[in-house]
Amino acid sequence: MTELSDLNLLEAAQALRSGMTTSQELTETCLARIEACDDAVQAFLALTPDLAMQQAKSADERILSWRKKSDEPLPLVCGIPLAVKDVLCLQDVPTTCGSRILEGFRPPYTATSVQRLIQAGSVILGKTNTDEFAMGSSTENSAYGPTHNPWKLERVPGGSSGGSAAAVAARMCFAALGTDTGGSVRQPASFCGVSGLKTSYGRVSRYGLIAYGSSLDTVGCLARNAADLQPIFTIMAGHDPLDSTCLVDPVPQVSLDQIELRGLRIGVPREYFIEGMQTEVETSVREAVGVYESLGAVVSEISLPHTDLAVPVYYLIAPAEASANLARFDGIRFGPRIEGADLLAEYLDTRGTLFGSEVKRRIMLGTYALSAGYYDAYYGQAQKVRTLIKADFEEAFQKVDLIACPVAPTTAFPIGQHGDDPLAMYLEDVFTLPANLAGVPGLSFPVGYDSDGLPIGMQLIAPHLAEASLLQATHAYQSTTAWHKEQPSL
Amino acid sequence: MGLSIEEVRHIADLARLRLTSDEERRYTEQLSAILEYAARLKAVDTSHIPPTATVLPLRAPLRPDVPRPSTPREHILSNAPQEKEGMFRVPPVLDTTS
Repeated sequence: MTELSDLNLLEAAQALRSGMTTSQELTETCLARIEACDDAVQAFLALTPDLAMQQAKSADERILSWRKKSDEPLPLVCGIPLAVKDVLCLQDVPTTCGSRILEGFRPPYTATSVQRLIQAGSVILGKTNTDEFAMGSSTENSAYGPTHNPWKLERVPGGSSGGSAAAVAARMCFAALGTDTGGSVRQPASFCGVSGLKTSYGRVSRYGLIAYGSSLDTVGCLARNAADLQPIFTIMAGHDPLDSTCLVDPVPQVSLDQIELRGLRIGVPREYFIEGMQTEVETSVREAVGVYESLGAVVSEISLPHTDLAVPVYYLIAPAEASANLARFDGIRFGPRIEGADLLAEYLDTRGTLFGSEVKRRIMLGTYALSAGYYDAYYGQAQKVRTLIKADFEEAFQKVDLIACPVAPTTAFPIGQHGDDPLAMYLEDVFTLPANLAGVPGLSFPVGYDSDGLPIGMQLIAPHLAEASLLQATHAYQSTTAWHKEQPSL
Repeated sequence: MGLSIEEVRHIADLARLRLTSDEERRYTEQLSAILEYAARLKAVDTSHIPPTATVLPLRAPLRPDVPRPSTPREHILSNAPQEKEGMFRVPPVLDTTS
């Protein structure tokens, strides 16, 4: 008999509906999995077992009354245990952003994305590890230690939503929330062999997401397949009066099978196959594109000519925004304070001591890029080149419906590989940054495994607000292939 | 282009970060390397390109101006490292001795 934790989200939802299991049983199963695996994986920063069991009990009551008279629709996520990246606020539950500067912080409110899932009956198991303030591509920048990749524990899970990706891969939860500012949902999804959706900028409320780069930050989700991502996405998405950048555009409720692959135009950008990338990554991605072709899609090579400029553009714009956003962490209103002789000394010591080295590096980079005399040359120029990167996508989507490309140049690299070489780490993001700069959605999903048995991801990128096409196209691939069903032997 | 250690100290000061001398040295090296890499942007002709600050069409949506409850004071202050009489407590910022 299948273990409960081996069910995917939709199967679990079905089991709840039919009375085959209860939310309390699913929650206990997840908590037992966490107990058994998380010493090795270290995906969670905080667990909320009491809250989870209480939410599960309410969900069970809701499901029971739905079964008696099912006149009101029951959300698919009702009763489903989820994990939440620790940059999203959950009222009264420690939220640290993986930083010592927020140690002990208990938010006075809950992020809209999380709140909507709770209202729909989801169960929150806890908060997952992240690179400090979501700044990183490996989860090694967490002040609370790295998360380990469930496929190979000495490898990174990717980042910054590495805790969420590892928790889904290790079947400690049915799905998890992440955030993607420069690839932080898609790259860990790729490294951990799960499916991860980066939403369009403006699609999901950022209220209660502790800001990193405000013009780039998006809330996304990770699960075992695209069909499981859809109910999470549709509940989170849509206008929120508490975030003025959250769009009023309606979120289409589409059936995943409702896609005509025959004639679907898929573009493969030539700039995404670069020297030095792992051969197996290229091979698997091209094979996956071949699967679409065999399903009737029309594949063509396209060009996104400014791709190689995404790294310098992103690493000026995101740090500039971060340097402003992180000014609020000063030891006055939240987090610990390091006492000093006067206010200035307290600021300097609190921030100097409690921010980690990558966060300080980006704050300084951003401060410099915005400073008098350098603004035009760095920040201003980066904003202009961002226009060109955005235009690359607009032009491409005149010719194709979707773009297919690798998520990262390699599979999960060993913990410690990039040591103290920030630029080498930044270059890991070369394939994920452009979508954030353009604000378009992307979905990363497994399309193979390398000779070390590590997952290889591919991403589809769609025009702004076309998440439905991504979910449908990924679902079509996953209906004819089985890569997404592989599980680490943990 | 390289940064000098004095520039790094100045930036750290602007950003309100106290750095150790080891950090000053390391950041001088690393930020110089990153800025050198970023210098490739200068080669792009952007003379007729407008900047992108947000990917969304600029709008300023208005909501009805009606009062609504705010977060209770105790709730906010419960996170403060130091509080006094319902306020955040900070060291004196004005010299009151003279």
